[in-house]
Amino acid sequence: MDATGDEHELRQASAPAAGQPDIVRVEGLTKQVSTPDHDLTIVKSATFRVRAGESVAIVGASGSGKSTLLGLLAGLDVPTAGRVWIAGEDLFALDEDGRARLRGRLVGFVFQSFQLLPALTALENVMLPLELAGQAEAAAKARAELARVGLAERLGHYPRQLSGGEQQRVALARAFATGPKLLFADEPTGNLDSATGAQVIDLLFELNRENGTTLVLVTHDAGLASRCDRRITIRAGEVSAG
Amino acid sequence: MRRLALALRMLRRNAHAGEARVLAAALFIAVASVTTVGFFADRVQAALDRQANELLGGDLVVIADHPIPPSFFDRAREEKLARVETRTFPSMVAGPGGTSLAEIKAVGEGFPLRGRLRVADESMLGDGEIEGAPKPGRAWIAVPLVARLSAKPGERINVGRASLVVERVITREPDSVLDYFGLAPRVLMNLADLEATQLVQVGSRITWRLLVAGEADAIGRFDAAVRPQLSRGERVESVRDARSEVRVSLERAQRFLGLASLLSVILASVAVALAARRFSQRQTDGAAMMRCLGASQADIFALGAWQFVALSAIGCAAGTIAGYGAQAVLAHWLTGFFSVALPAPGPWPAVKGAVIGLVLVLGFTLPPLLRLRGVPTLRVLRSDVPVAEPSSLVAYGLGFAALASLVVWQSGDFKLGAIAVGGFTVALGVAALAGYALIRAVSRARAGAAGPWRYGLANLRRRTGASLLQVIALGLGIMAMLLLTLVRTDLIAKWQASIPPDAPNRFAINIQADQLPEVKSYFKDLGLTNPDLYPMVRGRLVRIGDREIRPADFTDERAKRLSEREFNMSWAEALRADNKVVAGSWWQPGSGPAFSMEEGIAKTFGVKVGDTLTFDVAGSRFTAPVTNLRKVEWDNFKANFFVIANPGVLEAYPASWITSFHLPAGREDVVSRLVARFPNLSVIDLTAIMGQVKRISDQVSRAVEFVFLFAIAAGLVVLFAAITTTQDERVFEGAIMRTLGASRRQMVLTQLAEFLAIGLAAGAVAAAGAVGLATVLSERVLGVPYEFNWVVPVAGLIAGGLGVAVAGLLGTRKAVDSPPLAAIRAVS
Repeated sequence: MDATGDEHELRQASAPAAGQPDIVRVEGLTKQVSTPDHDLTIVKSATFRVRAGESVAIVGASGSGKSTLLGLLAGLDVPTAGRVWIAGEDLFALDEDGRARLRGRLVGFVFQSFQLLPALTALENVMLPLELAGQAEAAAKARAELARVGLAERLGHYPRQLSGGEQQRVALARAFATGPKLLFADEPTGNLDSATGAQVIDLLFELNRENGTTLVLVTHDAGLASRCDRRITIRAGEVSAG
Repeated sequence: MRRLALALRMLRRNAHAGEARVLAAALFIAVASVTTVGFFADRVQAALDRQANELLGGDLVVIADHPIPPSFFDRAREEKLARVETRTFPSMVAGPGGTSLAEIKAVGEGFPLRGRLRVADESMLGDGEIEGAPKPGRAWIAVPLVARLSAKPGERINVGRASLVVERVITREPDSVLDYFGLAPRVLMNLADLEATQLVQVGSRITWRLLVAGEADAIGRFDAAVRPQLSRGERVESVRDARSEVRVSLERAQRFLGLASLLSVILASVAVALAARRFSQRQTDGAAMMRCLGASQADIFALGAWQFVALSAIGCAAGTIAGYGAQAVLAHWLTGFFSVALPAPGPWPAVKGAVIGLVLVLGFTLPPLLRLRGVPTLRVLRSDVPVAEPSSLVAYGLGFAALASLVVWQSGDFKLGAIAVGGFTVALGVAALAGYALIRAVSRARAGAAGPWRYGLANLRRRTGASLLQVIALGLGIMAMLLLTLVRTDLIAKWQASIPPDAPNRFAINIQADQLPEVKSYFKDLGLTNPDLYPMVRGRLVRIGDREIRPADFTDERAKRLSEREFNMSWAEALRADNKVVAGSWWQPGSGPAFSMEEGIAKTFGVKVGDTLTFDVAGSRFTAPVTNLRKVEWDNFKANFFVIANPGVLEAYPASWITSFHLPAGREDVVSRLVARFPNLSVIDLTAIMGQVKRISDQVSRAVEFVFLFAIAAGLVVLFAAITTTQDERVFEGAIMRTLGASRRQMVLTQLAEFLAIGLAAGAVAAAGAVGLATVLSERVLGVPYEFNWVVPVAGLIAGGLGVAVAGLLGTRKAVDSPPLAAIRAVS
């Protein structure tokens, strides 16, 4: 495919001094939604790259299109125009199933509202991506992952029996369980008080460092953004990579 | 008013957002199916009545042993009913070649009001229907008289002092089959000639009849007005009173249509309850916000209630219109199927549909409304604050009471309604218990299941409440459909089997004891099957126990009438295969005098096993106890008797014998030779009434098939409503699984595990419930013995499991196919 060729050229052309390839490459990414009155452009022709191992904060005011951009990067939504390559694979050349498989292989996700499955215990929630990926020893891995986030004693609890901070820690364990190369986090502290939020963020960065994961994080918190290597700013859909 | 206006605005927004559409659709289809069934059943019923009324010659007949009071004519005129008078009496008639006893019927202009006579054509080889009746100076005579009087068309006969020209030969009269015992061959003449016969004198055994016909409502009013005015010797008959075969068929038909439409009501209520619950759940956060903005609990309740009322009004109106349209299409399909035009439906089904829609909405939306009313304001801040569910027992108790009364009302039969309500209550309890046990078992077993199956089964447990509701709702839905399938299949099969091709189609009566060997050998010589000959003695029931029978003592019309008549009694040593003892026991040889009574007539007279009956036969009385009650299959066209005595009781009295036999088509010569050889015999042709019963059952079978389709549609709505109750959660969970890398196959398997478990649980409950209910309904209500058939419940179980699984997967396709972000955002 052309994409593979392009990717090869891209790596040649833009490889940083550290020698890290791009794990995310975005070109002309645009998202429009239709309202009864007019078409609204949420993301306007964004083009940028994220190198492997980097941590990047997507910042912007409320309603600027941050979460939409993140959703597009993870293939959770489809763009109106433009392309996204994840580790060299053209995300939107794949169908919904292909994108899901790619995420299962490469991507972890942390949501603002945790998004744990209420039907499953903490352990089962963490086992879920491992089992979906067909990994052996899913339970043992999930247990270890929960122990890393300090929830070894809460394995059998259901989400409704956990505090917000605990739920987000389960979500972190779930996100890191499959050893993803790339982690997307959408306002991971948005639903937490500041002390709990700070603990979760510390944990996030710690896990990120230990796993050597690339982190793409949406936040409107300048302090949090400053802990990242780089910022991508979005204003009324216009993206400027820092 | 302020609340109403606000509620309507909210409804418009909600409708736009699509949440209310499910409820409106559930109501629409529910009311549409109920009214379609109602309208259609109404028309079919009216057509069936009218068609059956052909046998009576009118819609209603007033019969008297003296001239009909003028007030009855006035009343019929007021109601704008078509009316015609007849007079019947036995008399000797003389023709060129002989004389014979005949049953004279003098008819007024317009006879018959319903149905037509069949008369032989010129060659006497074929016959056809003809409008009207003889003009003055003419007579139409029955086939046997042609031979007995040697009177062919064109020749004259004398009826009393009147001389009439034989114009036609009657092969079938609409109303002659209704009262065939003791009937001499018919002479039909014009009422204008009656006076000239000089036969109408004091003491003449004349029966006066006033036949009326018209719109059902007018007939009903006439009936209601006339009945209280009846004096001695007067009675009113409709076709239902007249003949057991027709009555049984019609009543069975009516009950089945009633059952089919009441199952639609039950299904509708399930759909409405599910849709209302979902509507309320999706309004929860909105209600919390409104509470936060200053709305009182009463406001929240009223706003929700008004929305439901408005929705039900829309759903009912649209449903009624659609129901009317659908029945018109059905009626159009059936054009030519009924021998009479389908009468226009009355307004009642529409009113009924509207009331049902409203009652269902109010009955089943109360729990969700109470729930909304109690939404804690704190939900505005924390969406995980639980909402107190109202006591289901109390809240759904109201819905249940509403449903129960609707079912009883809709069935038009307390017993049928009560059995259905009782059955569904038991089924509901069993479904809840079985469903709960299954969910518990499955959730414990989930640890052993692989990947997607485990998650599917975990969902089942997590949503125990919703899963249980789905199992119950789907169980009831499938049960109703299975029940209809079972009852319909058995019922139709039974109907078709009840008139076998070789069923007797002729009765020969008045056979004398000394003729028995000759009659038997006559049939044998002709190669016809040896007919069963039953002795018959006519007697009047005069005492039950110590109580003297007086017609005035009975309030029941049938009892009153029967007490005035002579019974046809018989005697027998052994119980016939087509009779069944339902109380007491059949007699042993050599036991003392005893009677066996048909259970229906026993009920009418209030006779129980052990009561003594006294009969008056030809002036002498005798008494014996009733030792058993029998169930008789009236629709098998064999000679049956209300009262049978054991041997030794009746033999001393004057008896004649009766037989029924099957006369193959084209062998009419057998009858004419039989009558020629035994002139005292009367042979009654049953083909007309058999054709009528067969037509009724065919038409009803067909109608039942159509009505059944609507119940299936209602069942599908339930399926849809049940599946959508958890759709939001599924879409959300699907999106999360997608985000975590689940493939389409894995997602489908997860959903499949859950739906298959729910479907199988529902199917199991439904199959067991349907078989149980079908047994009770068939035997107790429809009067058809139920034969257990493994195939149907097993097929129902599998179809239930698969049906729910497939429908579930289709219903949650969105969870699998749409990009995850939209779903996550929509829910969170």
